[in-house]
Amino acid sequence: MSHTGPPVVSVHPSRAMVDEAFKVQVENLPPGSPVTLHSLHQSEDKDYWEAFGHYVSDHRGTVSVADDLSCGGTYTGKEAMGLLWSMRPVPGSREGLRLRKLNVCIPQLVNISVYSGHVGGGFREQDPLASALTERWYMAPGVRRIDIKEKGVRGTLFIPHGPGPFPGLLDMWGGGGGLLEYRAALLASHGYASMALEYFNPAEVNTAELELNYFETAFNIVRDHPQVMSDRVGLFGLSLGSIVSISLAALSSVVKPCCCVCISGNHTHARGGTIGGVFNEFFKNLHKVRMDENKYEIWRGMGLPIPDDISQKVDVGKISCPILLVNGDDDQNWPTVECAEDMAQMMRAAGNEHLLTRLEYPDAGHLIEPPYSPHFRATKFIKDGQKVILLWGGTTKPHSDAQEDSWKKILAFLQQNMYSSSGPRAKL
Amino acid sequence: MDMKQHCVKLSVQPSRGLVDEKFTVLVQNLLPGFQLTFHALHQCEDGHSWEAFAHYTADTTGTVNVSQDPSLDGTYSGVEPMGLLWSLRPVPGSKSGLRMRKKNVQTPMVVTISVYQGHQMEGFLDRVLLASVVVERWYMAPGVRRVPITDGKLTATLFLPSGPGPFPGLLDLWGNGGKLVEYRAALLASHGIASMALDYLTPQITKETGKIVDNDYFETAYRVLEQHPQILGSRIAMLGLSFGTSVTLRMAVYSQVVKLSCAVCISGSHVQPIGGSVEEILAYFKKNADKTRFDENKQVIWRDLLLPIPTDPSLKVDMGRLQCPLMLVVGEDDQNWPSYESAMDMKEMMERAGNSHLLTVLSYKNAGHLIEPPFMPFARASTFKTVTNPPTKVMALWGGELVAHSRAQEDAWRKTLVFLRENLYGSMKHGA
Repeated sequence: MSHTGPPVVSVHPSRAMVDEAFKVQVENLPPGSPVTLHSLHQSEDKDYWEAFGHYVSDHRGTVSVADDLSCGGTYTGKEAMGLLWSMRPVPGSREGLRLRKLNVCIPQLVNISVYSGHVGGGFREQDPLASALTERWYMAPGVRRIDIKEKGVRGTLFIPHGPGPFPGLLDMWGGGGGLLEYRAALLASHGYASMALEYFNPAEVNTAELELNYFETAFNIVRDHPQVMSDRVGLFGLSLGSIVSISLAALSSVVKPCCCVCISGNHTHARGGTIGGVFNEFFKNLHKVRMDENKYEIWRGMGLPIPDDISQKVDVGKISCPILLVNGDDDQNWPTVECAEDMAQMMRAAGNEHLLTRLEYPDAGHLIEPPYSPHFRATKFIKDGQKVILLWGGTTKPHSDAQEDSWKKILAFLQQNMYSSSGPRAKL
Repeated sequence: MDMKQHCVKLSVQPSRGLVDEKFTVLVQNLLPGFQLTFHALHQCEDGHSWEAFAHYTADTTGTVNVSQDPSLDGTYSGVEPMGLLWSLRPVPGSKSGLRMRKKNVQTPMVVTISVYQGHQMEGFLDRVLLASVVVERWYMAPGVRRVPITDGKLTATLFLPSGPGPFPGLLDLWGNGGKLVEYRAALLASHGIASMALDYLTPQITKETGKIVDNDYFETAYRVLEQHPQILGSRIAMLGLSFGTSVTLRMAVYSQVVKLSCAVCISGSHVQPIGGSVEEILAYFKKNADKTRFDENKQVIWRDLLLPIPTDPSLKVDMGRLQCPLMLVVGEDDQNWPSYESAMDMKEMMERAGNSHLLTVLSYKNAGHLIEPPFMPFARASTFKTVTNPPTKVMALWGGELVAHSRAQEDAWRKTLVFLRENLYGSMKHGA
C-alpha cells in the first residue's frame, strides 16, 4: 500500500520581528482535504489567545495561507497574517483582556497547527496533524536596553546597534499608565533610539501632578545621550501620550521636537498644566459617559462638542514641526477624528497647516497598535481606582488593516523627517 | 565625498535566520555612486575572529542590495547574496588550520555586518564606520527539541522537530575525527526530520572499554529511532560523511536490522573489507598509510590510500544488493578520500546489477572533501586530530576552491533536502 507521510506545517521566517509578515504553509496533505489552520499563544498573564481559518488543500496537498482563501474561522479571505491579527482570548477567558508584551527581551511564542476538517472550537482537546512554533520579536539582535532613572524621570531607553548617533524618540502610552516598552523596542529595531516613558500610574495619586517639565526633562535625557543626534529627537504618543506630545510641541519653550507621531490623541489643554488637569477637563463631562449593552463605558461623548473656547485647547497654531495624526473613525473612547479636524482648522488659520498630515481609518478604534497585534475592542481599565471596561471601538478586520497601513506610513514619516539627508519635510 | 553618518540605513533580513536560509543585505540613503565596504565579523566559540569584506558602489538611488549588486573586490566578487558568510576567513594573525564548527547548537552564530566608507582592504578598526547590524544564524528552529541519548550504551543526541509528530527519522554520521557533532542533525530536525547525531569513534563506551564499536552499535541506534514514539519506524534514513559513508553503505546493504527508506553519502567510498568489524576497516586504511602524500605546504593528502579502486569484490560493499534510493555527493577535488572514483565505481557496479535507478550522483568540480550545510566558511585544509591511540595532529588537505566549493554546498544541501523529503515524506516505495 502506498501512502504519503505526515503533513508538515512551516512558518517562514520562523523567527521574525512582530511587524514582519510570515508565510504559513501546510504540505503533504491529501489533495482536496478540508483542514483548519490554528494559532495559539499563551500570554505572560497566562491567558490563551487563538485564531483559526478554514482551508481546503489543493491538488498537491498544499495549503498556503498567503495565497489561499480562508472560508471560515476568526478571519476569512486571503489573509497572510490573519492567524495573528484575528486572535482573541479562548472561550471561557476573563473579560476585557488586552495582550501587551512586558518582557521584550524574549520573543512572543505562537504555535501554528493544522487540524483535520473544519473545526470551530475545542482545539486543546484534540491532536493536530502537525504544528510549528514561531517566534515574534520586539527587539532586533544587537539592540540595547537601558533602565533610566535620573532627574526624577523613569523609563527604558532602547538603542539600536551600531556606531550611531541615531535619531531619538520619546515614546508615551496612554492613561492606563505603567511602563510599556514594546513599541520603543520595536522603534529602536528600526534605527531610532527610543525611550519608553513611565509617567502615569493610576494607583499613584501624585503622578497626576506631573507637569510639562517632567516630559521636557525626559526629552532632554534622550537628546543628551551620546548616541543620539541632539537635533533629531521626536515625540511618539498614543492617547494621553499624544495629548502630551501635542502640548510639548506647541507650548514648550525648552524642547523642540523634530517631528511628532500622535495616535488617537486630542488637543485638550490642561488647566494648571498637569496630567491630572487633563483628566479633570475630561471628567467635567462625566455625565456624558454612556454604556453599551455590555456595560462597557463609551467616553467619546465627553469630548463633544469640541469647545470653541481656545483656552480649553492647546494652541496648535504654535506647532513648528511636522506632525502626523493617526485616528480611527470608530474611536469610542474619544472623538479623535473631530479633534483632528478642529486642529486642522486651527492650524489653517495660523498658517502652519502644511506641517500636518492626517491618517483616518474607517471602522478602526482607539487602540491602534503595531501591525498584526490583535484588535482590542473593549478592555479593562482603572478609572478612579475602579475597574471598568472601556469600549475602544473598531471592527477587527478594518482595525487590523489600519494597524498595518498606519505603521508603514509612520515608519516612512519618521524616515523622511529623521533620517533623510535633506532634513525634515512636512508632508509624506 | 563625505557621507553624513546618520543618514545611512543598513538592514539585514531576516535578522534571525536558520543557517541555511538566505538573507538580504540592504544599504539605503547613500549618495549615488558612493563607494563603500561591507564587513562581516564573527567570533567563534573557540574565540577566533573570522571576517569577510566586499567593495560596492551605490547605484543612482543611493542603494546597495547585496543580493542584486556585484562586489567589485574583497573576499568574494560578483553578485553573491551570501558571500559575506561563506567567504569568512580567520583574521590576519590567526592560528593556521582553523575550521569553524558550532558545538553549542542551542545558541545562534552571531555575525556583525558593518558598512564602512570607501573601499577598505584591511585596518577596519580605524576607518569611518557608517552603520552596523547584528545578525543571528540558528541551527535549531523554534520548537526543535534536543534530547541527549544514552540508552543502549549510545553516545548520541536526538533532535525532534517542532510539533506532535510522528516524524521520519535519520541517523547522522560524521567521519574519522570522531566526537559528537550535532549541528547537521539539529538543522535536519529544523526541516522536519527527527535526526540523531551519533558519536561512534569516541563514544563513552569506547573510552571506558578501549574497544571500537561494531555493527550492533549502529543497529542499536537504528532501533532507538525505530521504536521512538515520535518517530515513524518505517521511514528512517541514514546520512554519512567521509567514514560515515563507509558505515552507511555497510549498514544499508548488509544489516538485517537496518531497513532504510534512503541514504545520503557525502565524500566517501564503498571500499572496505566486507564481513569485518569497523576496527578492521580502520586497520585496512592504516595498512595503506604508506600511500600518504604531502603537498608543497606539507599538508596531508590521504586520497590515495584507497586507490586504485580494487576489483576484488571482498574489498567493496556489494552495491548491487542495495535496495533503497541512494544519493552520492562528491567533490572532484577531494584530496582526502577518492570519493569521485568511488562514486564512478559504485555507479558501474549498480548498472551491472540492474539497480542503478536507485542511484543519484551529485559531482562537483573544484569542490573538496568537507561538503557541509551551505553558507559556512570554507577550509581547504585544517588541523585534524586522528582518533588513533595515541592521536596524531596533522594538517589535512581537504581540497576544493572557495567559490566552487561554496556553490557545491548550497546546491548539494538543497538537493539533499529534496531527496530526503521525497523519500521520507512522499509515497512509500519498497525496494527495487
